[in-house]
Formats: sequence, structure tokens, C-alpha cells
Amino acid sequence: MKFEPTTQPGFYDEMYDENGEVRHHCIKFDELLKNSPKKKLNRLQFAADKAQMAMGMTFNVYHDKQGIEKILHLDIIPRIIPGSEWQLLERGLIQRIDALNHFLQDIYNEGKILKDKIIPEDLILGSKDYLEPCKGLTPPKGIWCHITGTDLVRDKTGAYFILEDNLRCPSGVSYMLESREIIKRAFPELFNRLGVRPVSNYSARLFNMLQHLSDKSKPVIGVLTPGIFNSAYFEHSYLAQQMGVELVSGMDLLVKDKFVYMQTTKGLEQIDVLYRRIDDVFLDPMAFNSDSLLGVPGLFEAYKAGNIGIANAPGTGVADDKAVYAYVPRIIKYYLDQDPILNNVPTYLCREEKDRRYVLEHIEELVVKETNAAGGYGMLIGPKSTKEEHEKFRRLIQANPNNYIAQPTLSLSTVPTIIDNQQVEGRHVDLRPYILYGKEIEVIPGALTRVALKKGSLVVNSSQGGGSKDTWVLFND
Amino acid sequence: MLSRVANSIYWLGRYLERTENYARFIDVNFNLMLDLPGDLQEQWEPLILATGDDSIFRSKFDRFDKKEVIYFLAFDKDNPNSIISSVTSARENARIIRENLTKETWEKLNETYHFVKKGAERKEWKKEDPRAFFESVKNQILLLYGLADNTVARTEGWYFRQLGLFLERADKTSRILDVKYHILLPSVEEIGSPLDFLHWMALLKSVTAFNTYRRLYGNIDPSGVVEFLVLNKYFPRSVFYCLKEAENCLFKISGSNGSGFSNSAEKTMGELRSKLEFDDVNDVIETGLHEYLENLLVKINKISDKIDDNYFQIKDNFVSQLNRQG
Repeated sequence: MKFEPTTQPGFYDEMYDENGEVRHHCIKFDELLKNSPKKKLNRLQFAADKAQMAMGMTFNVYHDKQGIEKILHLDIIPRIIPGSEWQLLERGLIQRIDALNHFLQDIYNEGKILKDKIIPEDLILGSKDYLEPCKGLTPPKGIWCHITGTDLVRDKTGAYFILEDNLRCPSGVSYMLESREIIKRAFPELFNRLGVRPVSNYSARLFNMLQHLSDKSKPVIGVLTPGIFNSAYFEHSYLAQQMGVELVSGMDLLVKDKFVYMQTTKGLEQIDVLYRRIDDVFLDPMAFNSDSLLGVPGLFEAYKAGNIGIANAPGTGVADDKAVYAYVPRIIKYYLDQDPILNNVPTYLCREEKDRRYVLEHIEELVVKETNAAGGYGMLIGPKSTKEEHEKFRRLIQANPNNYIAQPTLSLSTVPTIIDNQQVEGRHVDLRPYILYGKEIEVIPGALTRVALKKGSLVVNSSQGGGSKDTWVLFND
Repeated sequence: MLSRVANSIYWLGRYLERTENYARFIDVNFNLMLDLPGDLQEQWEPLILATGDDSIFRSKFDRFDKKEVIYFLAFDKDNPNSIISSVTSARENARIIRENLTKETWEKLNETYHFVKKGAERKEWKKEDPRAFFESVKNQILLLYGLADNTVARTEGWYFRQLGLFLERADKTSRILDVKYHILLPSVEEIGSPLDFLHWMALLKSVTAFNTYRRLYGNIDPSGVVEFLVLNKYFPRSVFYCLKEAENCLFKISGSNGSGFSNSAEKTMGELRSKLEFDDVNDVIETGLHEYLENLLVKINKISDKIDDNYFQIKDNFVSQLNRQG
């Protein structure tokens, strides 16, 4: 018995075209898929599940009585991206990060873009993510967004669109790395034959990037984690281990005379760079949220004095707000005088009257999002909601228009996925590549591909029933 | 090394050793009961007394029934020292410091944890003969030790783990010897009888000491066994040997030259080690075996407290911080 892959009519499938013909860059994988007995592929899938369990590749789900650890299902069928397509993505992402970095430097210093009225001043200065203490500050080497995990999607025609710029502490990179290890075991013969670009040096690149933040030749580096109950704890410890650096929590650190120290069995040892996986406002109870028990009192003063590098720089969150997102094409134009290589999903800003009217009239066709919520929460998918829900969101928007944006419902592309060991069917995916900004901006040739396992579902978040796939970026087409 | 990390490594060492010892305890008592003459009642109470958790046991169960004792020692999450509690704590500590462990160590420990959890789901304690399960737990821990032995660099972290392991083992060997004190013989005349002999033999087997003892001492008699398990200089599970190794770990950690002491942990440790070094079996018997062992346990706890004072004391309570977050 072999699998017979099927696609979802009306959507762009990344492996098969609308006539069911395999796309050129997937020919070799398609051969393997169609020539392997069902049993064999199911066995590989089973082995992959087991490997994940043994590796403890788990994330924590809050408020789940079933026990806190869960596994993000990894489908063994990869998502394959041809080389030329990737080059386009690469150029587009570098351009975008470059512009956003200029933007952050500007709004915390001269504020030219606000004075030139390219972006409404209140949208930035009134944002809860705009950190007053960062005013007048230039981070080490002028870099704000060291690590970015941009979310992209493809539409009916297969064109790529930027969905979100995740500039705070994007997670998921450990899945990209560990999934690759597992899938290598499943299809060892294909990697060479297809020419899949390796991702395994990510940790080395991350390490070099972090070193670059200090002027010392051998700076002491730490990954700052909120602790074991954080949903991404696995990733924090994984990255620390891969880089061979300390994994620290707020209570391991203290600040003395504006220098940051770790508390060790041999006394205090100075630390020079922190890859922090704690939100801005929890970093330092003295500078920000005074209730925070996770941070380090005095950390921000040490940062201002230039005695500690922090990646990403505090304050970057203001630039990945869903409302600011709508202005990114204008931000690119303003700082780089270029047209964006990668487009935004068309976005209606409810704060603008014309857009708001459109949203209220067409709410049943649109996806409405809260500007500062993450993880698929606080959102309305118009075509999949009831009249009552439409009405509820209309009221919410009118009561607080600044808080909402809307986008057309996207027909996300699909990739064949093994469903219940029974069949292979197209399922909707998104794409999160990782971009590092050190000496230069580099895009890692791989990504986290999240897949909505439920038929027809567009929600790929791990907290809401999503799975993942390994992403193969090819050297050639 | 971060104090918090050292603390977790130390407890990882202790919990793993505790898990292994509990698996031994149950295995051996089970064997012992099989050897008993049919008219004698099985004795499971001494095992509980030796672990020192008898008050928790009594609060939950009316009598010391085999299945209930096995459940309590292996699978009861209300017992903080049961196998499932210990292996969970070991894994939680390992998770906190995962970046400090080799991949193989973490994966193997993770597997062991899932294995014990499955055992609980299968209700192993209800089986007529659950020995295969405990044998397997023991072997998985030994495999972890083997992995560590061959892959872990001999730096500070290694010594904190060995320190935890040897202190825990010293504690458990003392306790297993104390089981004998609690096992009741039908009458005074039975002292030195075949039944008594069976008990001592089982005791030796529980610490894999039977063959070695035979070779070194020949006849099985109480003072020989006591000397062997408490004072012997060469047997890796004797209390003295464990303390000597633990002391050596402290010296490696502080970087001192291996004599005297440079902090209060080394001082307390050295005092107890030298007492055992210069005691002979008559000193033990004069004090009374049970009293002697109780005193050992108290001192070992004190050493652990001193280690905590010197190396792990941290300015805030980690656990309460973590819990705030969830």
C-alpha cells in the first residue's frame, strides 16, 4: 500500500501544481513518497515521534491539567524551497531588518520619521512597548534587532507575504535545529541528492553574533531565561548548551557599580553579554515593571553604562506591533529609499476612519487582530465566525479602534502532510526564517514551518493544535 | 560554576543514587521473603522503618502489606523519597541544568523517567513478581553512571555530582544495615540460626557485597558484616569509603591540598571520616549498632547542610520565583 497525496482545491500546494503534477524542485521527494510503502513511512513517523520524546523536545502548556509537557508534532514530510526563491526571501528579509533597525534607532533618538509625519507620533510614543528609559540610547554597535524570526505566508498564487515581524524574543529555532536532526535520520539518502543547505551552524553564528556585542576578545556570555516553567525553556537550555555558554536566571545575577555578575561557587564572576529570553518589562524591576521577580535590579543602568550587551536590545517590541507593521513598507522607503522586496499582507488600520468603515462593513470576510496580542489569541477569523461574534468585534473595534487591525482572509499555501497514518493531504503552513544581525545581517537557510493539522484550519500556533515540518532550502532549483 | 547549577547537580547525584538504592531495597527484601520458611509471616515493616518515612506510611495505610509497601516505596507520589518521586526530582534537576549535561545523559535519564511512569500506569506493585521492573530501574541508573564515567569531564560539576552520589550512598548503606536491627527474629534463640544467617546474607546481597564479603571475610557473622559495610577501606559501598570519596570531592571543589579543612563543609566531613577511619567494630558494638547508625545519619545530614551553606546559598528562593511565573 502506498500513499496517494491529495491537495486542497483552490489553494496553492507547494509540492503539486493545480493539475496534480509535481513541482520541479520536489520531483525526487515525490518519487520517494510514491515508491515507499505506507508502512515504512508510518514507521519513520513513529520513530520521529519517539526521538522527540527521548530528546525531551517539549513545550509547556499553561492551564493544561494533562501535565505540563507536550510535544510539537513533527510531520516527516518536509517543506522544500528552491534556491532562487530563497534568494528573493533572503534579500527581502535583509532589507526589512535593515530598515527596522534604522527605525528603532531613529524613534529612540532624533525621531525624524515622526517629525516628517510618515508615522503618526501617538502610535509610537503612546505605545505601551515604547520604552521611555531607552530614549537617547544607542545600543552597542548600533544594533537593536539581533535576532528576528519573521513570519511569512504564501497566497493562492504562491507569492510570499510578510505576516509579522517578531523582533522581541522569537522562539522556535531549536525546533528548526532538532527537527533537522530527526528528519536526517528518516531520509538520510535525500539530503545529498537534493542539495539541502545545512542549518547546523546556527549556534556557532549566534555565538559569534553575541561575541560581537562586546569589545572583549573572550566575553562571558549567558542565555537569560525566566526559568523552567517558561514554555520555551527547552529552547533556552538547548541554545546555551549548543553554544557552550551559561544558562542564567535573574536570581543568578546581580549588579554592582553598574557591572553585572553571576553568582558562582567561587564567588562573583562578571558577565558581558546576555541573550535574554525575558520580555523587556521584566528585565529590570528598577527600570520597568517593579513587580518583576524574573529580572535583575540595576541591569538597565549597567546596560546604559555600556557594561553589558543585551540581545535583542530593550525597546525593540515597539516595532513589531501589528499597527506599526502596516507602516513598514513606508519605513523601508523612508530610510533606504527602496521599494520593499517582500510585501505586507494588505492591512486595514481601524484607527484610520476610512479603513475602519471598510472593516466594519466587511468584517465577515476579514481577519481582525488585536494590535498587541500574540499566539493567535484575541483574533477573529471572519468567514469562520458566527453573526454574534462579528457583532461583538464590531463593538470592540468601535470602542477602541486603535487596538485593532484587519486583513483579508489569506488562502495559505499547503504542503502534503501525513494524517493519522492513513493518508497524505495538503495542510496549511506558514514560514518562520531566522535572521541574525551581527557584523552583517544574515538569514539562516532554513526555517520553522508550522502546519495546521486540522483540515481547513488556518491557525498554526503550537498552543492551538499546530504541528511543524522540517524546511529544506535547496542550493539549486 | 553557578551556585544554582552546582546545587542542582548535587541533588541530581543524590536523587539518582536514591532511586537505585530503593530499587535494590525492594528487590532484596522480595528475595529474602521468598527464602523464608513458610510458617513465618513476611516482614515488610523493617523496610519502611529503615527509610525513615514510616509516619507518612502509617498515615496512609493500616498495615505493612507487601503490595502496599512496594507501592509506597516505588510509586507513591505522596512519599517524597519513592522511586517515582526521586526519579522525577532527578529529572527536574537535570532539566534545570540540561545545558550542563551530555545529550546521552539527558536522554537516558528522560527514558528512565518515562519507564518508571509507565510502570506506575501498569500498576507494577500488583504483580505477583515485580522484580524484573526493579532490576531494570537499577540497570538503567547504572547505565547512566557508566555514561557519565566515560563522557563527563572531571571539572567542578563532576565533583558536585559525585559528592551527592557518595553522601547519598553512605546514608543508604547505613539505613540498609539498620533494617537488620528492625527485622524481628521469632525468638532470642534464633540469633545465629539459619534464619538469622539468611537475613545477613540478604543484607549483603542488597549492596552487591555478598561475594566480596565471602572472599575477604569467609564466615558470615554479624560483626564481620558490620565492619565490612561501615568501616571497610576498599568496598565502594561501605560508609567509610563513601565518606572518603565525598571528602575528596570537597577538596577538588575547593582546590585545597587534600588535608585539614578550608571551610565548614570540609571540617564536618573530615571529622566524621576520621572517626570512622579510626573506629573498629568493637566501638560500633559498644555504642550499639542502631545508635551508631543513627548518629551517622545525623552527621551526614549535617554535612549536607554545610555544603549548602558554603556553595549553594543564594540570595533568593529560586522555586518561589519560578512559581510566580507560571
